[in-house]
Amino acid sequence: MTDATSSSMPAVTPVPGKSSLMTQDARTRKRNAAEARFKAYGIVAIAAGMLMLLILVFNIISRGTGAFQQTFVTMEVELLEEKLDKNGNRDPADLAKVSTFGYAPLLRTAFEAKVAERGIATELEPKAMAGILSAGAAAQLRDFVLADPERIGTTVEFEFLASSRVDGYLKDRVSRDSIANDKNISAEQLDFVDQLIELGVVEKRFNLAFITGADSSDARPEAAGMGVSMMGSLFMMLVVLALALPIGVAASIYLEEFAPKNWLTDIIEVNISNLAAVPSIVFGILGLAVFINYMHLPTSAPLVGGLVLTLMTLPTIIISTRASLKAVPPSIRDAALGVGASKMQSVFHHVLPLAAPGILTGTIIGLAQALGETAPLLLIGMVGFIASNPPDSIASGLLDPNSAMPAQIYEWAKRADPAFYERAWGGIIILLLFLITMNTIAVILRRRFERRW
Amino acid sequence: MALGWTGYLIVAVLVLTTLAFVAARARASATVDGDVRLLHSLPNYYGYNAAMFTAVPALGVMVIWLLAQPMMIENSVFKLIPDRVVGEGSSRALVMSDVRRVAEGLDIAVERGALTEEEADTIRTEEQDVRSILGGVGVALGSNVEPEVLQAAQQYRSKSEIGTFWMVLVVGAMTLVGGAAAIFVTNGDFRARNTVERGALGLLMLAASLAILTTIGIVLSMLFESINFFRLHPWTDFFFGGSWAPNFRGDSDLSILPLLWGTLYISFIALLVAVPIGLFAAIYLSEYAGPKVRSAAKPLLEILAGIPTIVYGLFALLTVGPALVSVFGRGDDGLLGVEWMSGATAVLTAGLVMGIMLIPFVSSLSDDIINAVPQAMRDGSFGLGATHSETIRQVVLPAALPGIVGAVLLAASRAIGETMIVVLGAGAIAKFSLNPLEAMTTITTRIVSQLTGDTDFASPETLVAFALGLTLFVLTLGLNVLALYIVRKYREQYE
Repeated sequence: MTDATSSSMPAVTPVPGKSSLMTQDARTRKRNAAEARFKAYGIVAIAAGMLMLLILVFNIISRGTGAFQQTFVTMEVELLEEKLDKNGNRDPADLAKVSTFGYAPLLRTAFEAKVAERGIATELEPKAMAGILSAGAAAQLRDFVLADPERIGTTVEFEFLASSRVDGYLKDRVSRDSIANDKNISAEQLDFVDQLIELGVVEKRFNLAFITGADSSDARPEAAGMGVSMMGSLFMMLVVLALALPIGVAASIYLEEFAPKNWLTDIIEVNISNLAAVPSIVFGILGLAVFINYMHLPTSAPLVGGLVLTLMTLPTIIISTRASLKAVPPSIRDAALGVGASKMQSVFHHVLPLAAPGILTGTIIGLAQALGETAPLLLIGMVGFIASNPPDSIASGLLDPNSAMPAQIYEWAKRADPAFYERAWGGIIILLLFLITMNTIAVILRRRFERRW
Repeated sequence: MALGWTGYLIVAVLVLTTLAFVAARARASATVDGDVRLLHSLPNYYGYNAAMFTAVPALGVMVIWLLAQPMMIENSVFKLIPDRVVGEGSSRALVMSDVRRVAEGLDIAVERGALTEEEADTIRTEEQDVRSILGGVGVALGSNVEPEVLQAAQQYRSKSEIGTFWMVLVVGAMTLVGGAAAIFVTNGDFRARNTVERGALGLLMLAASLAILTTIGIVLSMLFESINFFRLHPWTDFFFGGSWAPNFRGDSDLSILPLLWGTLYISFIALLVAVPIGLFAAIYLSEYAGPKVRSAAKPLLEILAGIPTIVYGLFALLTVGPALVSVFGRGDDGLLGVEWMSGATAVLTAGLVMGIMLIPFVSSLSDDIINAVPQAMRDGSFGLGATHSETIRQVVLPAALPGIVGAVLLAASRAIGETMIVVLGAGAIAKFSLNPLEAMTTITTRIVSQLTGDTDFASPETLVAFALGLTLFVLTLGLNVLALYIVRKYREQYE
C-alpha cells in the first residue's frame, strides 16, 4: 500500500523547464537521502535491540554453563580403625565424637599413598596436597562412616569435590598469575593438580549437585547448588496458583458478567489497572508490614512469599481472564439463557469452560512473572541465610525458612568470591529454562485451543 | 499449638460441610419421595445450599478472629510491661517481640516435654533459669528473661489459649447451627438455587473487592509506619534536608532528596537509551517492515521485557559495569587511558541496563499507538507528494504524540520503581552529582537496605523505608494515572 505510492512518486521540482524525471535535482536527492537515513535509523534501532538480546543470551550461556560442571578428585581412602574407632566397638555415639578434624589425617595419608603409588614428583607437604580438596571433604568422609560404620578398616574409593580454586583452574578462571596473593592455593599445588589431571585422578564432569543440592557457606562455593531454593520457588508457586487462580477468576467473572455499571465497579477497575503498575517492591513492603509484622507469619517462609506474589500476580490474571471471557460471544450466553439456565448457570456451565484455555494461558504467564520476581522476596527475608535441607513435608515446605531461585541468585551475586558468580549465572540458566518452558506451554495452549468465533 | 487447633477446626468444618451437603440432598429428595422433578431446584443445589451455610459464616468468623485476636491480646499484654523494663535504647515493640518469643519458647518446651503445662504457667525467673530451659529446646534468647517479660509471656499464653478456646467454641457452634438450619429449611419447595446463586454472587464480589483491599492495605500499612516515622524524625528533614546518612546509633540525616536525585538521574539515562531505540524500532516495525520481519522482530524484542530483573541486575554488575570500567577507568590500561570510574557500580551502568529492559515497553506501546493512526491521514500526506519519512515525521508522529508521551511516562514509572538493577548496579552512595560514572543510590535501593537484615521497627532508620515506599507509590501512581489518562484521551480522538 504505502510502499507503492512512495517509491513511484515522481520528483517534482518547482523550477519549470529544467526538471526531468530521469535526473533528480538536488532537492529530490536530499529528500530521498533523508528518507533512506530515516529508514536506516529504524533498522539500526531494531538491530541494537537484537544485539542487546544477543549479548545478554551469549553472556548468560558463556558464563553460566561452567556451573554445571565441577572438578572431582577420585581418591582411595583407608578408613583407619585406630583413628575413627579407638574402642573398636562401632558404637555410633563414640563414632560421632570424632569431629571432622579427626578425619583430616586420613585424607593426608591417602594423598601420600597416591603420590608413592603413582610416583608423582612433588615437594608438597601432605597437608598442602589435601588442600586441593574442598573444605567439605572431611565432612563427606565422616558422613559416610557414620552412615555405614561397618566399612571402618577397609579402603574405600571416594569422589571428592576439588576446592573452588582448583575448579577455577580447570575452568580457566584461575591462573598462576591471579593467585599470586591468594593464601588458599599456591603455584606448587597447581603443578601437583596438573600431574593429577594427567593421571586422571582430577577431572571435570557434569555436576548434578548444582541442580539438586543446597546452598553452601561462603567458604565452599564448589558445593553450592540450586535444589533447595527450587523447592522454595515451587512451594511459592503452589501458593500463588492455589490463591491467585480462583480469586482472579472469581473477580473477573464478577466484573465481566455481573457487575452493574456504577461508581464502585469503576473504582475496582481503575484499582486493578493501577495495581498492575505498582512497583513490585511496594508489594514487599505490604507483605512485611501485614503478613510478618501484623500477622506474625514466619519470616522467610515460602507461604509469605507466595501470599505477596499472589497479590502481585492477581491483576495480571484478572486482566487476561477478563479478555478471554470477553472473547466468548454473547450468542453462547443467550442460547443458555434461552433454554432456561439462570445467569449464574450460563456463566459457570458454558462461558467459563469456553474461556478456560485463555484463562490458563494468562495464569501460566502470570506464574512465570511471579517466578522471576526478586525484590519483594528481599524484604520478607528470603535471602541472607543458608537453607541446607530440602523440606520434608508440605507444612515444612510452606513454613520453614527457605530461599527462592531469584533470591538465591541475588545471594550469590552479593558474595565476595568470584566462584559464586559462575553459580549465579548457572542459576540464571536454570531459572530461564523454567520461564521458557512455561511460556512455551502458554503459547502452545493458545495455539492449540484458541477458538476464533 | 494454636495452629494445631486451628488446623483441626478447619478439618472439622470441612467434614461437617460434606455431611451437610449429603444430608440436605438426601432430605430434599426424601421430601418429594424421590421424584426429583417435583423439586424446585436440582438436588445438588440443596446440598450446595447447606454446605454454604455450614462453611462460609464459620470460616469467615474464623478468619476475622485469627486476624483480630493477636492484636487484642497484644494490646492487653502491652499494658503489663512496666516502663522500667523498656530500657534505654529499647522500645515497647522490641520488648513485645521478646514476650512473643518467650511465649513461643514455652509452647515448644511444653510440646517437647521439657516443661509440663502447669510448670509453664507458674515458672518464675527467680527460681529457675528460664533462658537455659528454653535454650535446651532450641529457642535461643538474646538476654536473660526479665520477670515481667516472663509474666507477660505467661499472660500472653493463657490469653491466647482462652481466645483459641472461645474461637473453637464459637466457630464450632456456627458450623452446627448453620448446617442444622440449612438442613431444616430444606424441602421440595425451598428455592435452593436462588439462595446458592445469591451466595455465589457475594463470593464473586468479595473476590473482586480484594483489589481494593490490597490497595487499602498498601496505603494503610505504609501510612501508619510513615506517621510513626514522622513522629520520630522531623518531616522537614525528610523532604527538604540535603543529605542521607543513616546512623543506627541515632541522629541520622534521612532526606529523600539525594535518593530522588539518584533515582531520577538513572531513570533519565535509561529513558535516553530506551526512548530513541524503542521509538525508532516501533516506527520501523509499524511503517516499513513487512509482515515477515514484523512477526519475527516483535516477539524477539518483547523477550527483553520477559527476562527477570535479577538477570539484568547480574548483567549490570558483572558484565556492563566491568566493561565500562575497562573503558573509562583503569588509567593507562584502559581503552581511553582515563581514570574516571572507580568501580563497576555507577549511574551509567544501571541506566544503560535499565534502558535495555525498557526498550520493549516503549516499542510495544508506541507500535500500538502508531498503528492506531488512521490510514487516511497517511494517504492524504502521500497524495500531496510527501515521502514516507516526511509523512511519518510530519503527520503520523504528531498525531500519535500524546500516546507516545503516555508510553514514555509508563516506562518512566517502571524505571523509578525498578529495584534489582539498581540494587546490584547503582551503588550505595547518596549524593548530588552530575557525573554518570559515579556510584549513586536510589529510593528502591535504600528501601531494600533499610528493611533487610536485623530491623528494629522503633527506629527512624528502619521506619524511613516506609516513608520512602509511600513516596515511591505516590510517584509511580501519579505517573501511571497521568499516562493512562493521556493514552485514553488520545484513543477516543480516533475512535
